[in-house]
Amino acid sequence: MKLNANAAGLVVMACAGLATLVGAPALLDLADLFNVTVYIIMSILALSLALVWGYGGIICFGQAAFFGLGGYCYALAAINLGDSTIPIILAIVLPAAFAALLGYFLFFARLSDVYLGVITLVVTLILFNLIGSTAGPEYKLGTAYLGGYNGIPAIPPINLPGDASRFLDIYGLFYLSTGILLIVYFGLRALLHSHFGRVVVSVRENELRAELLGYDVRLYKLAVFTLGAAIAGLAGCLYAVWGAYIGPNVFSLSMTAQILMWVIVGGLGTLIGPIVGCFLLQILVTEVGTQQTLNTYLVLGAILLLFVSLVPRGILPVLGDILQNVRDRVGRRSPDPS
Amino acid sequence: MDLAAVLAIDILFSVASLALLCAGLAVIFGMMRVINFAHGEFLMMGALSVIIFTDLGVNLWISMLVISPLVVGVIGIVIERVLIRQLYGRMVDTLLATWGLSFFIIGVTTTFFGNTTRGLSAPLGSLQIGDYRTGFYGVFVIVLTVVVLFVSYLALRYTRAGLVARGTMQNAGMASALGIDTPRVYSITFGVGAALSGLAGAVLAPLSGVVPTMGLAYIAKTFIAVISGGGAVLSGTVTASGLYGTIHQVVTFASTPVIGEVALLASAIILLRFMPEGISGRWFRRGM
Repeated sequence: MKLNANAAGLVVMACAGLATLVGAPALLDLADLFNVTVYIIMSILALSLALVWGYGGIICFGQAAFFGLGGYCYALAAINLGDSTIPIILAIVLPAAFAALLGYFLFFARLSDVYLGVITLVVTLILFNLIGSTAGPEYKLGTAYLGGYNGIPAIPPINLPGDASRFLDIYGLFYLSTGILLIVYFGLRALLHSHFGRVVVSVRENELRAELLGYDVRLYKLAVFTLGAAIAGLAGCLYAVWGAYIGPNVFSLSMTAQILMWVIVGGLGTLIGPIVGCFLLQILVTEVGTQQTLNTYLVLGAILLLFVSLVPRGILPVLGDILQNVRDRVGRRSPDPS
Repeated sequence: MDLAAVLAIDILFSVASLALLCAGLAVIFGMMRVINFAHGEFLMMGALSVIIFTDLGVNLWISMLVISPLVVGVIGIVIERVLIRQLYGRMVDTLLATWGLSFFIIGVTTTFFGNTTRGLSAPLGSLQIGDYRTGFYGVFVIVLTVVVLFVSYLALRYTRAGLVARGTMQNAGMASALGIDTPRVYSITFGVGAALSGLAGAVLAPLSGVVPTMGLAYIAKTFIAVISGGGAVLSGTVTASGLYGTIHQVVTFASTPVIGEVALLASAIILLRFMPEGISGRWFRRGM
């Protein structure tokens, strides 16, 4: 009997989502809830790379760029407008538009593999340098200063559309983020089971064959890349709201590396894996940050090395295999009646 | 006129230092199609070696031009044996593994040497051109780069090792069938690439502070230059460095160093749109 990983994933995710929504606010104190909220926001970001890399086969080291752009768009627009509805839309649309433009350069030049990775990384680092150099008072948009490496503080919270006096507290943000994570997760599942999703996966599996079957692989890649950027931008917007702060460190190399690691550790080519990887690694990084003997770089580097050379498929696929093995053995002992 | 001379030296320096910084990465990429993400850390280890050995009382030039390349070269060979060899043919995995290695080396260095910036004052004094002054050390870097590139050319063109290296680069399977021990060639290549990176780091140490994280600053521009250069190690590196070094320095002169860096990276993205194979992929396909 074959373990239906699909249905299992659906059930697990639905249960976990419900449990988090009901359990977390009741059981956790405020500080822990605050931390869990950022893990959830980062999981949305992890999902965006899970889509682009895991299913689209596009090695994108630039999710951090779209994430950061989303955060900056929200910050600048919200400070200027006071209301949060349009800034949220901007935080999704502008990174997506940027990705579409960048994607045109990448996919229509038919760049692939490592080239793609390096260029998206370079774009991220350009943004890091550019935003970092905006420290002077002359760099401002409306009433918002860009602030260079100091970033933008005091970003307004999300409010009810049109009513700036009724805004989300930390519980509200927790529910909103969890809701968005679930929507993105189930939305991506539905997308991947649609015709579009199947073509995207077929492009990953064999680009030439997909092209010979008449699909314009460049357009499909561009679409996935843009969608991934939109999701990352939304995550960035929530992140800016969460800390009421955004700084150029979101564009840094270590941020980029961590996003990749969530996907690698959790399992490339799955949707739940990157969420699990994201939670595990963020808890770990928080723990490492509280002590002095082990350096964060050392720990992250060692984990990345270990996973790439020893567990390249990630935790979840390996766990799935083990489960499957156990089930097969049990099945052999008591033959399936069907 | 004097200003033009100083600007010319600055542009030449920008080009030369970029070529020097890229050389090690380009050798490894050209031969093995491996992007070594720990390249920045190889540079850092080269720079750190100079500081350590001059502190121990070794002559600056000896520790810079001899000891640093040796130290980093040996570390490179060990890394190739232990890590890179396991990942042959898995281009993306190699990139990710060396990324892990990059962080790991930063972590180890920080643990042992602390997260402080150490400096080394630039030797050789300054050069006076009319009303302007520029460091004489910059001229030394230019000359050294030319020498390194020229020696590499001679070695690749006229020695048996160079012939073997070029053969393996063009067709590893065929080279192997003709009795060349290709894993050994790869191992040596990685060592030579690492040694070149160590040399570059050591030479540029007096011009930049030495911190465990210093390598991260070079990642973007060296990667982009090597990828734009394409498969041919020498001609690709020289043309790409020439182009980007000039763009960087001219824009820096007209605005700020940050904008100069941004112009470099942005022009590279546009160039790769029209020449995905890199400059040498288009014009010097059979070159080296």
